[in-house]
Amino acid sequence: MSSDHRASDVVLRTSAAARSGLDPARTVLDNRAVLLTKATHTTPAVTINLAIRAGSIADATGLPGMTWLLSRAIDRGTVTRAAADIAEELDSRGITLTITVTRHLFSLVCTCLADDFEPVLALLGEMLVSPSLPDEEIATRKGEVITAIRQDEDSPAVRATEALMALLYPAGHPYGRRTKGSIDVVERLTRAQLLQLHADRFAPSELTAVVVGDVETARAADVAARVFDGWRKPVPAPIALPPVALVNERRRVVIPMMNKAQADIAYGFTTITRRDPAYYAFWLMNNAFGQYAIGGRLGDSIRERQGMAYYVSSSLDANVAPGPLVIRAGVSPANVDRAVASIDEEVGRLVREGLTPKELDESRRYLIGSIPRALETNAAIANFLQTAEFFGLGLDYDMRLPELLGAVTLDEVTEAARRALDPDRATVVIAGPYE
Amino acid sequence: MRSTTFDNGLKVLIQEEHTAPLASVWCWYKVGSKDERPGLTGISHWCEHMNFKGTANIPRDQVKGIIEQYGGTWNGYTWIDQTTYLETATRDALDRMLFIESERMASCLYHPDDCESERTVIISELQGGENDPDQLLDQELTATAFKAHTYGHPTIGWLPDLQTMTRDDLYGYYRRYYVPNNATLVIVGDVETDEALRRVNHYFGGIQPGTAPSRIVTLEPEQTGERRLTIRKEGTTAYLKVGFHAPSVTDPGFFPMLILDAVLTGAKGLNLWSSFRVPPPQRSTRLYRALVERGLASSVTGALVPTAQPFLYSVSVTATEGVALGPVESELIEALDRVCRDGITDAELTKAQAQLRARLVFDSDSVTNIAHQLGYFETIASVDIFTAAPSRIAAVTLEDVAAVARRVFSSSNRTVGWFDPLPLGSGSTKSDV
Repeated sequence: MSSDHRASDVVLRTSAAARSGLDPARTVLDNRAVLLTKATHTTPAVTINLAIRAGSIADATGLPGMTWLLSRAIDRGTVTRAAADIAEELDSRGITLTITVTRHLFSLVCTCLADDFEPVLALLGEMLVSPSLPDEEIATRKGEVITAIRQDEDSPAVRATEALMALLYPAGHPYGRRTKGSIDVVERLTRAQLLQLHADRFAPSELTAVVVGDVETARAADVAARVFDGWRKPVPAPIALPPVALVNERRRVVIPMMNKAQADIAYGFTTITRRDPAYYAFWLMNNAFGQYAIGGRLGDSIRERQGMAYYVSSSLDANVAPGPLVIRAGVSPANVDRAVASIDEEVGRLVREGLTPKELDESRRYLIGSIPRALETNAAIANFLQTAEFFGLGLDYDMRLPELLGAVTLDEVTEAARRALDPDRATVVIAGPYE
Repeated sequence: MRSTTFDNGLKVLIQEEHTAPLASVWCWYKVGSKDERPGLTGISHWCEHMNFKGTANIPRDQVKGIIEQYGGTWNGYTWIDQTTYLETATRDALDRMLFIESERMASCLYHPDDCESERTVIISELQGGENDPDQLLDQELTATAFKAHTYGHPTIGWLPDLQTMTRDDLYGYYRRYYVPNNATLVIVGDVETDEALRRVNHYFGGIQPGTAPSRIVTLEPEQTGERRLTIRKEGTTAYLKVGFHAPSVTDPGFFPMLILDAVLTGAKGLNLWSSFRVPPPQRSTRLYRALVERGLASSVTGALVPTAQPFLYSVSVTATEGVALGPVESELIEALDRVCRDGITDAELTKAQAQLRARLVFDSDSVTNIAHQLGYFETIASVDIFTAAPSRIAAVTLEDVAAVARRVFSSSNRTVGWFDPLPLGSGSTKSDV
């Protein structure tokens, strides 16, 4: 056993001893909806996180942005409540309802006072099961979405990232599409299309309802069962994802935005799926490379040593299909070429030399040691449980995680870097005052 | 929560929270951009950056990982009244966190090479902010609203000052303000108070107090007429921002103003660190219904931040694509005039109070958030204001809200800013003020 293993074993034991684990309760209703509940008593509040497996990949062919528009309108009326009544019900309880759309999930999330849990879950359930999608609400929400798309068009960071994703996932792959869609598509979407999307993709078999907070597990499960047990719909057909194309050449795209002061660089690769056994090696590799402290190795080079950027980091988004590893930096236009060269150099060094034992040990200690902090709040626990359920990681995932990270070797990390990263196959997008 | 003041003037606030095996340490300094004179704007924030770059006893190459090895996170921020640093990690890292903060207070190095390297990092941060038209408008509106008070310049500083400031400027500023008698140390988490105090004394007890830092005491004269500015610059979206000089946190009008903001745009709570990252509950609010529900705007937000001296209450609006700013402004001003004329209703007051009560609960969901609130209020005024917030909110009356609305929303107290986008590729012009 290497020295880095021994060091992390200490952290592993400390972490496991310090925690008894989340140990959530999991129930599957007759209609195949999944309920996950966890009682905590930190504050008199409850987080409700309802996720339907109907993210932007569910957009109908040729209609990107459809799911996003549905997310803007789904809480604006149900078969029994008008939009104004819903607004009053949420506002009077101090609740902000956040509705998000990722590639695979459509989520309704809020935190409410424990006393309000029951009526709030009933309201959210009704939104999810029986939205009315009034025409006038859709029209107003379209205006908001179009404005947001126009704001994105003026953001170098968004432009760079979206262009990178389109290059990494070409030919209409759902991962390469803008989640918000395009203005022309949004303008012509109809209520009937949104209702059809809801009818096709929203079903109890696609729902995971997570409740975390100051409510006893049995009661939370009972309330959730009452809200969702009567929902009966057939299981939707699975959505097939096209294969992710391999990139065999270096590509560089510049999006001139001469009205801006700073350029944004997005530099990336496709990597692996979340269920890939190499995931934990990739996670540690990415942490040491572009996250640890202020941006890992990238931060050391580009921010700390060369003073070129306020931010530089990398992110790994392993998903159902092989997700991207994206390096992002914001730099003065005069430093763009030097910053890209520095990223090339760090990517090349990582592939050639891998991490040092010290780097691997540091990242491992950090990721394991940060678990209690990452699971401190109700919202964070609920999000963790949703992720574990979506990827089938198990109810004891929080307790197994230290072991999974602890088992990764230096060779595995080096292999991960060699498998996915290569400056000669990098896709680079620069958006900003640069030509 | 126990409050203790050491002989060297350091104030220490400790609150035990045994809900998770974590501790959060924040060290607050009463220095922010309001303490900066012309020519040195941005120096407080630059010093904050320098104070992460090694000390006499923490070599530069050992800064990285010093708290991460405990699974911890660290950060810092600077604003108009304050500069603060935090670490949150497992409870066994308490000594490490206190050591870091004691070193930061007394022994930072300010190596000339690091100062130069950080100059370009901060200019990059400034330019990144300027990429956002809304942020640019906010900066220009604040500068227009304040003629005399140092709240008027941006915390990040003006570019010419950032280009010319020297290492000696930075180090002198650091030594003047980073003294125990200008600081508050906050510990919240799975600690035992008496033992934690002993550890604080071990690390901080020997640090000598400094001369009480001198303060710039310019008061903003009363505004005597509406001010306007328009930024015409290439862009895709139009933004409107309206600012009013507003009550400081110690002003009796502050909590009525907080209620009024909740009625207009939704309750944000009082936590600059957390609650401003979560949108407020606002769909039934007056300005949301007047602007967003009618399709004039895609978003509206209000901002009342607790500050030591009177700052601004601002309303920010993103105009819907294709809607001109004129009608948006007219609707906004009409809604504010209406609240001046008629006040708010009893139902609105009850709802705003319920929203704020809920936000105070939601904002106390972690040791980090709790520690922030204790230190924030102690630094700008007194922690007692924070602990009394629930009762102060409950005590606000309809008359209090009506009075503060008439006081704040007068046209002569108003500064109006437009970001009026020019077509992309057409070239930009300077602002009109």
